[in-house]
Amino acid sequence: MQRLALAVHARAEPELRDVVPALGGLALHFAPQFAGDLVQASLAIVERALDKLPPPAKVGREVEVPVCYEPEFAPDLAEVARRVKLEPEEVARRHAAGEYRVLMIGFAPGHAYMGGLDPSLAISRRAAPRPEVPAGSVAIANEQTVVYPYAISGGWNVIGRTPLVIFDAKREQPSLFGPGDRVRFRRITKEEFFR
Amino acid sequence: MTVQDLGRHGHQHVGVCPGGAMDPIACALANALVGNAPGEAALEITVLGPDLELERDTLLALCGAPFQATMPVNRPVLLPAGTRLVIGRAPRGARAYLAAAGGIAVEPVLGSRSTFIPGGFGGLGGRTLRRGDAIPLVEESEDLSRERFSKLKRKNGSSVRWSVPPHTVPEHEPLVLHVLDGQHFPSFDVASQRAFVDSVWKIGPESNRMGFRLEGPALAREKGDEILSGPTCLGTVQVPSNGTPIALMADHQTTGGYPKIAEIASADVARLAQLGPGGTVRFARCGLDIAAELRRHVLERLETALRGIAWEYGN
Repeated sequence: MQRLALAVHARAEPELRDVVPALGGLALHFAPQFAGDLVQASLAIVERALDKLPPPAKVGREVEVPVCYEPEFAPDLAEVARRVKLEPEEVARRHAAGEYRVLMIGFAPGHAYMGGLDPSLAISRRAAPRPEVPAGSVAIANEQTVVYPYAISGGWNVIGRTPLVIFDAKREQPSLFGPGDRVRFRRITKEEFFR
Repeated sequence: MTVQDLGRHGHQHVGVCPGGAMDPIACALANALVGNAPGEAALEITVLGPDLELERDTLLALCGAPFQATMPVNRPVLLPAGTRLVIGRAPRGARAYLAAAGGIAVEPVLGSRSTFIPGGFGGLGGRTLRRGDAIPLVEESEDLSRERFSKLKRKNGSSVRWSVPPHTVPEHEPLVLHVLDGQHFPSFDVASQRAFVDSVWKIGPESNRMGFRLEGPALAREKGDEILSGPTCLGTVQVPSNGTPIALMADHQTTGGYPKIAEIASADVARLAQLGPGGTVRFARCGLDIAAELRRHVLERLETALRGIAWEYGN
């Protein structure tokens, strides 16, 4: 899906305003002024893109995200550890050792859903969502991990926090993550977090 | 009340929805009435209007729902500095756009001046306007206002002898919305499929620029299998597990994991935006060809109106 989205993007038509890859499909958003047949136009675009799929390695960038797994940033780490029957230290180690891929961005600007979580850490979401999860919180559920771009309500299990700003509309690249990016987490201490 | 233009495009893949005017047609008309391009930033007024004081002579137009106001609506009006403009409520419709010659001069963010409240950016500080705010107009707005007003052909005092009819304000309810079957329509049980088109739906009180909650019979799927989170669109009708459908509006999330029962024809979304909480709708299923035809019709009508207004300015 990510490769297809990239291939479509590379050959964008003027009336094609947005190309959105998601787990359950690819959306092509046309301007309302588009006068042609939407189905024919979409099929033609996708067929042409399928001929020019970029290799997986060409999709996305490498992004490194520093994460502090200290208890004050990780309200759910102890509970996660108990549920997966590992020490909290080992949960943090396995999370930071993983290699992740951004599957989709949605829910909020810059909010990336990343696949590749160690299956031994896969647990369901919290029964009751938290009314507010701080910006930068790193959380897990099922076999995915996310980083909350804003302080918003959320039900994922929070096991750490990054000092990075995930989304800033005023930056040249507003979103730290793009579809298909390869993401690694690097453990940092509390001192490094506040530096 | 927020600052809105016709939205920011090209950022949905990083989770930024296009946003912009809920009723882009009324917004484009308001702009055209003061001689602006259709996509300039204007004030989106919802349900209850503001009291405004003008610091300069300004050419203004209020277009959309027929709000009670101390200026005539749906036409250009040149108001002198010091005027206190009071905008009240609308007997029908929910939204109107107040455009000023030259537009509202807030900084564009990602190519648009639209306010996106969930992200806290765009417009004036990324938020709803409040008492005491100064709304910045372009520096040359006073000269532009006088110059443009002088060009108008059929004047009547500080306004003109004509007005544009509102395109989107529903004449009666329930408002009929054309819908395409959504990706998951077939997975709803037959009773729910039928209830979706047979029922009159009421817009719930907790509706906003992100989405309208539709009160009516609870809808259920036959198979409760997990749905992969997929892309959403302006006008997508999602059904969360409580069975209450949500029509996604301008500030919607770009992807969603709820089943999609329908997609509202783009031609009808601006009319839906003219309903507030308590407003009623019903759905009529149609195919893509009808939806495309409706869209063409809406755009042609808008184009005709825009040409007519340009002619009044001597263009």
